Amino acid sequence: MIAIVDYGVGNLFSLASSLKSLGLTVEITRDADKLCAATHIILPGVGAFADAMDKLTATGLVPVLKAECQKKPLLGICLGMQLLFEKSYEYGEHEGLGLVPGQVCPLADDLKDPALKVPHIGWNALDITPGREDDPLFCYVKPGEYVYYVHSYYAKHCAANTLATSEYSIPVTGAVRSGLVYGTQFHPEKSGDTGLRLLKAFAELA
Amino acid sequence: MITKRIIPCLDVKDGRVVKGVNFEGLRDLADPVEMARWYNESGADELVFYDITASVEGRTLFTDILRRVAAEIFIPLTVGGGIRTLEDFDRVLKCGADKVSVNSGAIADPDIISAAAQKYGDQCVVLSADIKRVDGRFMLFAKGGRENTGIDALDWLEQGVKNGTGELVVNSIDTDGVKNGFDLELLDAVAKRCAVPIIASGGAGCMQDFLTLFRGHPGVDAGLAASIFHTRQVDIRDLKRYLRQNGIEMRL
Repeated sequence: MIAIVDYGVGNLFSLASSLKSLGLTVEITRDADKLCAATHIILPGVGAFADAMDKLTATGLVPVLKAECQKKPLLGICLGMQLLFEKSYEYGEHEGLGLVPGQVCPLADDLKDPALKVPHIGWNALDITPGREDDPLFCYVKPGEYVYYVHSYYAKHCAANTLATSEYSIPVTGAVRSGLVYGTQFHPEKSGDTGLRLLKAFAELA
Repeated sequence: MITKRIIPCLDVKDGRVVKGVNFEGLRDLADPVEMARWYNESGADELVFYDITASVEGRTLFTDILRRVAAEIFIPLTVGGGIRTLEDFDRVLKCGADKVSVNSGAIADPDIISAAAQKYGDQCVVLSADIKRVDGRFMLFAKGGRENTGIDALDWLEQGVKNGTGELVVNSIDTDGVKNGFDLELLDAVAKRCAVPIIASGGAGCMQDFLTLFRGHPGVDAGLAASIFHTRQVDIRDLKRYLRQNGIEMRL
């Protein structure tokens, strides 16, 4: 069973539907026992970092997530990925889960092309980091496939953990990994067939 | 690099897809779920659903359709039509919409934009505007393009972006249904004033119209059309291949 962490942030309908379409059993839950019983955990999220971190903390699940991700694969999606990092600078300075080294910073400050817009919304090609092509997350996708992004902040100072980036005048962190902890800035559940193949690969991680 | 997007728009009335020419003379075309499936397979980058039903029964039918589409189609879905309150945002987001488009609702209550942006994030709020030239000025129209609001359209969009709109749908009444190309003059004027993604709507008649749009107007991020896609006058996969061959970044 794949557990989707329900902490009151974002709409989980598409994510749950996409996993079900792959024939997987899904549970949307905030029950610690269910997270412990799950084979895989997904941490979703949309909205602002501080608000999401507060809500996640309020569920009491933070210690559970920290313990479980040592034993089973965890995938953070979009804001859920950003929460995995040590810190975010979205409207102030906020502590994250600290499961992946790095910080979350405003995209607008770093873009090299002033004509580019923020939020970074749309389909962008996934450039797999050299040497990471064999990561099991990519076993069903080829470099250069398109994935769907919607975000205004991005993870940086995380090169050692970066599995893939997408070009937006700078390489924007697209996917990260630290041990069993994975994260994607893009939305696999909105990335068509490519996204479904990424989710399938995640669900097959042992 | 980020791609330009091709977006078919499905106007849904009483559970069926319809599309007007110059907003008049609607005609029935097809089943929305079937069409969404077909567009997904054809490579559409996103789908827009407009609920043009007025009745309560029609609205229930619409949310049911939306839920069925979102359960099996995993590309971004934007939903508009009859969005006036935060409860309306909530209703369609729960059925699987990713973005919510406001038009008349924002004219009636401009605060809906900032309220929705604060609650759901800027990326969720799409401001759609029907615009027509009146005495050489771009004016904002209401009621499906029938009523001049007397509001300057460019001021309106700029203010909408300041209030938290994450994306604009710019629909030209002058070019809508005419199939003679997008309203490039209007789109350039909007791009000059608004720094969020712009979706061009109204006027696409052939593949060349999309090339002209993307090639000379870098401020435009996506092209939206209905009837030319519904009638298969333009096939989305052929269109995207053609654009990519002509140097426009496309997801194939």
